[in-house]
Amino acid sequence: MPRKNGQPCPPNCGQSCRWGGTGGRGGTPRTPGRATPPAQPRPRRTPQLHPGAWWLWSLALGTAATRTTNPLLLTLLITVSAYVVATRRPQTPWSRSYGAFLKLALAVILIRLTFAIILGSPIPGTHTLLLLPELPLPHWAQGIRLGGRVTAEALTFALYDALRLATLLICVGAANALANPSRLLKSLPGALYELGVAVVVALTFAPHLIADVRRLRAARRLRGRPDKGVRGLLQVGLPVLEGALERSVSLAAAMDARGYGRTAQVPPAVRRTTAALTLGGLLGVCAGTYGLLTAEGGTYGLPVLLAGVAAALAGLRLGGRRTLRTRYRPDPWDLRAWLVTASGAAVAVLLTLAASRDPAALHPGVVPLVAPALPLWPAAAVLIGLLPAFITPAPEPRRTDTRKEPTT
Amino acid sequence: MIRFENVSVTYDGAPEPAVRGVDFEVPEGELVLLVGPSGVGKSTVLGAVSGLVPHFTGGTLRGRVTVAGRDTRTHKPRELADVVGTVGQDPLSHFVTDTVEDELAYGMESLGVPPAVMRRRVEETLDLLGLSDLRDRPIATLSGGQQQRVAIGSVLTPHPRVLVLDEPTSALDPAAAEEVLAVLQRLVHDLGTTVLMAEHRLERVIQYADQVALLPGPGEPPLLGTPAEVMAVSSVHPPVVGLGRLADWSPLPLTVRDARRRAGPLRDRLADRRPPAREPAPPAPAPRRLFPRSRPDAATHVAEVRDLAVRRDRVQALRHIDLTVGPGETIALMGRNGAGKSTLLSTLVGLVSPTSGSVRTGDAVPHRTRPRDLVRRVGLVPQEPRDLLYADTVAAECAAADEDAGAEPGTCRALLTELLPSVADDIHPRDLSEGQRLTLALAVVLTARPPLLLLDEPTRGLDYAAKARLVTILRGLAAEGHAIVMATHDVELAAELAHRVVLIAEGEVIADGPAAEVVVASPSFAPQVAKILAPQHWLTVSQVREALR
Repeated sequence: MPRKNGQPCPPNCGQSCRWGGTGGRGGTPRTPGRATPPAQPRPRRTPQLHPGAWWLWSLALGTAATRTTNPLLLTLLITVSAYVVATRRPQTPWSRSYGAFLKLALAVILIRLTFAIILGSPIPGTHTLLLLPELPLPHWAQGIRLGGRVTAEALTFALYDALRLATLLICVGAANALANPSRLLKSLPGALYELGVAVVVALTFAPHLIADVRRLRAARRLRGRPDKGVRGLLQVGLPVLEGALERSVSLAAAMDARGYGRTAQVPPAVRRTTAALTLGGLLGVCAGTYGLLTAEGGTYGLPVLLAGVAAALAGLRLGGRRTLRTRYRPDPWDLRAWLVTASGAAVAVLLTLAASRDPAALHPGVVPLVAPALPLWPAAAVLIGLLPAFITPAPEPRRTDTRKEPTT
Repeated sequence: MIRFENVSVTYDGAPEPAVRGVDFEVPEGELVLLVGPSGVGKSTVLGAVSGLVPHFTGGTLRGRVTVAGRDTRTHKPRELADVVGTVGQDPLSHFVTDTVEDELAYGMESLGVPPAVMRRRVEETLDLLGLSDLRDRPIATLSGGQQQRVAIGSVLTPHPRVLVLDEPTSALDPAAAEEVLAVLQRLVHDLGTTVLMAEHRLERVIQYADQVALLPGPGEPPLLGTPAEVMAVSSVHPPVVGLGRLADWSPLPLTVRDARRRAGPLRDRLADRRPPAREPAPPAPAPRRLFPRSRPDAATHVAEVRDLAVRRDRVQALRHIDLTVGPGETIALMGRNGAGKSTLLSTLVGLVSPTSGSVRTGDAVPHRTRPRDLVRRVGLVPQEPRDLLYADTVAAECAAADEDAGAEPGTCRALLTELLPSVADDIHPRDLSEGQRLTLALAVVLTARPPLLLLDEPTRGLDYAAKARLVTILRGLAAEGHAIVMATHDVELAAELAHRVVLIAEGEVIADGPAAEVVVASPSFAPQVAKILAPQHWLTVSQVREALR
């Protein structure tokens, strides 16, 4: 903190300096040699990888995961993404969401297995693991079976299937942990920016809500009511929603007062052209998609779709003229971003290729039950996905907090 | 720069205008302070400058408000964003992005400032506010003072010509408040920024003001003048002014420095008198035991903390805390934002379990006691009293409190009537003023008659009148034998009430002793009267008044 006159430690801060030598609230680090003026050259902000590159990489790994049910390959994919996350995720609140995604993936596997056990499975199997009592169902529910024989084949099939979905989820979680969603927002075209802000504000709504619920449940204890249990949760519901609504309103006021939604004056002709292009483009996209999907529209489908997309993009670009926004230090799409994206794409392409060339290796059979083998080349292809762990900048070590760990 | 022309604002559904007859001008490059009791429409006047009133809040604005020549009637808040920067009471509800640097750039991005200029201004602002070491930090991890500075910085980067601030220092500890005010003064002096600011804690800000606009009551027109003129007649005034009025100093001093120069004769008159002892006489603070194992008789303490350590989220929030609280004793916990005051209070009510060490309130271990039993031993009024209130009406809230505490029906309402005679049964707790809501929460907590009462920042957002009422209430409770522990940044409150002051820094107790000794020894925690009359140990204007009688 540059105090009055920019002196590092004027007499009037004597007391706070004396106490534990931490007078430089916030401004200066809590080192004894805090007499250095704040204008000292600071290392540049670590160049961050374009968040879009992380998303493309993660989604490519997810695509690769959909190409196979081989549990060994899927586990390898999870390991690869987890390794990159472990080495490259920044120390920020949003990067903690990875753990939540892992739990979600685990829950998916468990639910799928439970369903396979209770509802049975169409997979024919001979290795009976256990026999559940079968519930007789009326004739109109003939397709459904409750209980009955549980076979090892059915369980293995369910496990492979669930693992695939879990891998996909974990890959999305990796993207969330590695790239800040609001930085991704900066890369949106200007015309879509305001929509994007609304989405991001909505996304931050949930964490605030959870914090509120915790605080209010704690406050119940102060009233002498139990702070655990479902009833407690329900009773704080209304105050929590009230608080969240109030916060949203005051955030909206703050954003408005800071110039959110300012628009530039554009000639009416441009405005009309924008509207026509966007509307026409969207109609074209709809018609084109319809054409592609129906049998008789095979000839006009693709061209109309492409024209629609082009018109919509032009409309967006023209619409961008209405927004005055400039961007502060956008993340550049540099060579590393290309490499990261390419490494993800390579995994996806190679696995897709392998799936068509050697379906047996990527989809190990469950009837008869065999131990899955690790196909060498696809496994090597998955390892390409590790590239980002080596070429991207390492995250900054955790900065010391005002209330940091004891140093002694 | 800012011109109010006969402005009155009536909110929808309100029978009376919130403010009326506001007619004054704020010249360029001045710092104007808006003062007055709570509920007189200070926030409304501030909101009218940025155009949020009435564009955002609804209601009808009569008259005309112009800022830098732009009429707020025709300009929406977003179209005033390049001339007016607004910081509300709660900095957290102001932030749009999640890191410091992005937050500083946000306003400029909206205004379409070229990237090169943005980069330069962000760097300048980081230096101006001493934030350069925090530039990459997520805002949620910053302390209150740091957040307030980021909020001010975020509206400074577009280089507004007017800055509007609503209680910029009320949530801050004295040192952090001084930092924020120093920054404001620098902006006014060096950059010629016009500042219009509302603040309850006049002792912190009055010396920086060029002019003061006093809103004497709801619907009454404001009174504009130099700080000394306005303070001579104002019902809200800092202790330095109170002392000046008591001693008939003219012109009225506004700073400790001016007052000290005139205080020679007063010091002489007081030289042979002693500040009156607090009623009841505070029990001597328990000396640090050499052998903590030999526990003193538990019955003499309402709370006892031994070698307490708490870790939360991998942060050592508290360590080696020893504290005993005797019946009838009032203790002020002080220290900067994030020092661990609230964590200590939470440990005493069992919201946080100790990592090591022991905590006892009466005969109970708080975090292992059922909430129903604990409320009879210890009660906490949290920082946001609203958290305690769930019901739709005051009457329902009181009935629920009786049931929670297992008290006779009507106990809470009787307490409330005693503390706050005017409040009606059918009013919604949300519609109460800040001070009334605090009193309601206090009544709810007191229904169970806990011998130990904890208060977390009780004077945040209270005006002087509400604060005086709170002081009277707490004095009465202490006289009845309630032990009170309050975490506060308000040095004047601590001086008025506390028998003992415990200073906490970095989670450790760094000073523990009689209030007069601890606060007088510390420039940032000393009340104004103590600074003026040092080295004598006078803490409040009322003490001096008593002594002179």
